[in-house]
Amino acid sequence: MPPRSQQIGLATLLLLLVISPPFLSSFLLTLLTQALIYSILAMSLDLLVGYLGLASLGHAAYLGLGAYSVGVLTTRHGANFWVTLAVGLLLAAVVAAVFGLVALRATGVYFLMITLALGMVIWGLAHRWVSMTQGDNGISRIPRPDLGLPWSLARGIPFYYFCLAGFVVALWILWVIVRSPFGQSLVGIRESESRMRTLGYHVWLHKYIGFIIAGTVGGFSGVLWGYYNGFVSPADVELATSVEILLMVALGGRATLLGPAVGAGVIVFLKNLVSVYTHRWLLILGAVYIGTIVYAPEGIVGAVRQFAKGVKPEPLRSKT
Amino acid sequence: MGKKLWVWIAGAFVLVAGVGPAPAWAQKGPIKIGFLAPMTGGAAQVGKDMVNGLTMWLEENGNQIAGRKVEVIVEDTQGKPDVALTKLRKLVESDKVHVLAGGLFAHVGYALAPKVDEYKVPMLYPVMAADDLTQRQPAKWVVRNGWTSSQPSHPFGEWVVKTLGYKKVVTIGMDYSFGWEVVGGFQKSFEEAGGQIIQKLWPPLGTTDFAPYLSQIRRDADAVFAVMVAASSIRFPKQYQDAGLKARLPLLGGGTTFDEFVLPSLGDEAIGGITPLIYSAALDTPVNKRFVKDYRAKFGKVPSYYSEVCYTTGRWINEAAKTIGGNVEDSEKFLAALRKVEISDAPRGPIKLDAYGNPIQNIYVRKVEKKEGELWNTVVHTFPAVSQFWKYKPEEFLKQPVYSRDYPPCKFC
Repeated sequence: MPPRSQQIGLATLLLLLVISPPFLSSFLLTLLTQALIYSILAMSLDLLVGYLGLASLGHAAYLGLGAYSVGVLTTRHGANFWVTLAVGLLLAAVVAAVFGLVALRATGVYFLMITLALGMVIWGLAHRWVSMTQGDNGISRIPRPDLGLPWSLARGIPFYYFCLAGFVVALWILWVIVRSPFGQSLVGIRESESRMRTLGYHVWLHKYIGFIIAGTVGGFSGVLWGYYNGFVSPADVELATSVEILLMVALGGRATLLGPAVGAGVIVFLKNLVSVYTHRWLLILGAVYIGTIVYAPEGIVGAVRQFAKGVKPEPLRSKT
Repeated sequence: MGKKLWVWIAGAFVLVAGVGPAPAWAQKGPIKIGFLAPMTGGAAQVGKDMVNGLTMWLEENGNQIAGRKVEVIVEDTQGKPDVALTKLRKLVESDKVHVLAGGLFAHVGYALAPKVDEYKVPMLYPVMAADDLTQRQPAKWVVRNGWTSSQPSHPFGEWVVKTLGYKKVVTIGMDYSFGWEVVGGFQKSFEEAGGQIIQKLWPPLGTTDFAPYLSQIRRDADAVFAVMVAASSIRFPKQYQDAGLKARLPLLGGGTTFDEFVLPSLGDEAIGGITPLIYSAALDTPVNKRFVKDYRAKFGKVPSYYSEVCYTTGRWINEAAKTIGGNVEDSEKFLAALRKVEISDAPRGPIKLDAYGNPIQNIYVRKVEKKEGELWNTVVHTFPAVSQFWKYKPEEFLKQPVYSRDYPPCKFC
């Protein structure tokens, strides 16, 4: 897909997101809000998975860090939105900086294992550091933010637009990053680390910065998540959540940025809407995953892009 | 044309005369109950028992509550708090339910309570037992018609010292609030009666291999007090026996360790286990015998406590709706009525709420025995009308922190 049609696609999507709320039932609107928040998280992971080629199984940790910052600061200290946002982002960045030091020593499946273990560290903290996180019970009664706007964010539609604004900001930041020379260098590293090194790039530093950005944006989604649910518990930082985010990226299409957002939308709606109609929704979700992997290994957006280019989607084959 | 009109009017007269003035709610459609339960995931079986219980009561009563048709909408929480919240939104905002019920796991209960308060739709908690929901963090719109985790443990702790004569006990409980609260309640009354908890072990929720914990258990104890849930309940007794502990240290525990939900999956290793709970399928009352018989005929298994509490939930909603003439649209009145419900002949015995909104009910000490090839929780002792505070004064009890991993502290470890 040439950049022009890509821009049109993006503009249509955003327009739809902007005008849809009045036509949706309040339940669909909450699902759409949830999808937006997960989109931010999935897009941030895409920076690692798609652009750097590093599949992480610990990304739910950043969601948790953001959400717990909101939970602890609002319920105990009555902090306002900007304070929680600053702390959430900072905490996510610092933790990503520390985790990056450990995780980036490895690639491939080893990277997967290390990030999994680091993710479990955050889960363990959420679970065991009871005086701070209230352990398994979680932190409830988190109020919605008050930005001094004429519309109360406690209501569905204003909060939706609030999250949409967050989504646009995150999308724009990530968009700029992946199109910048820095973003291009990340793709270069994914394709051939040794060649990039020979060309004189500081490969490790580039990866490290990419890792921190991914974590920080993930933390941002966590801040929104905390406000959205009004509740945070260790269940939010579980391994299952990390796996789900990874599936969102794979489903939507790696290295497409908008793909993971689409994937997040599909999964959120399947999980919450299909389960309303049938208790066998897991079967349907499973079928969608398998279908995607077999028929569109590049994900939904990847397949659309190839179709637009006139390239036949490659059937699944084993790669070395 | 004129003739036809007269026929219509005459017809309408007959109808009105025959039926009498229709009650105000007649045009309002069915009473909608939103029911949350885990229908997929690790706790799906428990969710099924819960739904079965409610379904059974409704079918026995012609799917009617206070004379109105009932529509139950079951939503799958997947056992996760965030999904439960989403489904709660759906039930209230899309389905416009009049009353909510169900839920499993303490943290789901804590997550839902503020949202329920925000929506101002009454919700019954038949299963979620986290102590603080009716102690230090009560929610106005939540009516707990189940129990608190530590409620059965309080009288049981003293009973173990006085009746069984055990003085030194090791506890092993699932490492989350339910486990802490069941163990905490036991420790408090057990130690006040002169017993000593000499060791506390906390395997994480979902542990399947208990060998590292079993080998640590101090052999100079008189007994072991275990709190297991779901899948762990199935595995623990067998491993306890295999470790050679069953013959040396009698096994006591929280009610869910030997719930009817797991008994069919257990073998002789479970025999002799003593646990307290608000219900036993082996209760020898006419009401319960009929309940167990009908439940078995319908679903092919013995009801667990999850089935009983949800069965009684159906009746609970009915009793409340009747007192306000079926006008469940008036949420404030409906909530007040739900809080006033008293049931004298539920399968588990008489129930009424205390001032804090938790049931005062019988606690049964049950011993696993084999009868006609099946395992049953034979009732060996009944504590009548126990409140969540048991013999303690509520004001003083509430001054202590909620039971946790570190409270009460282990003084004799």
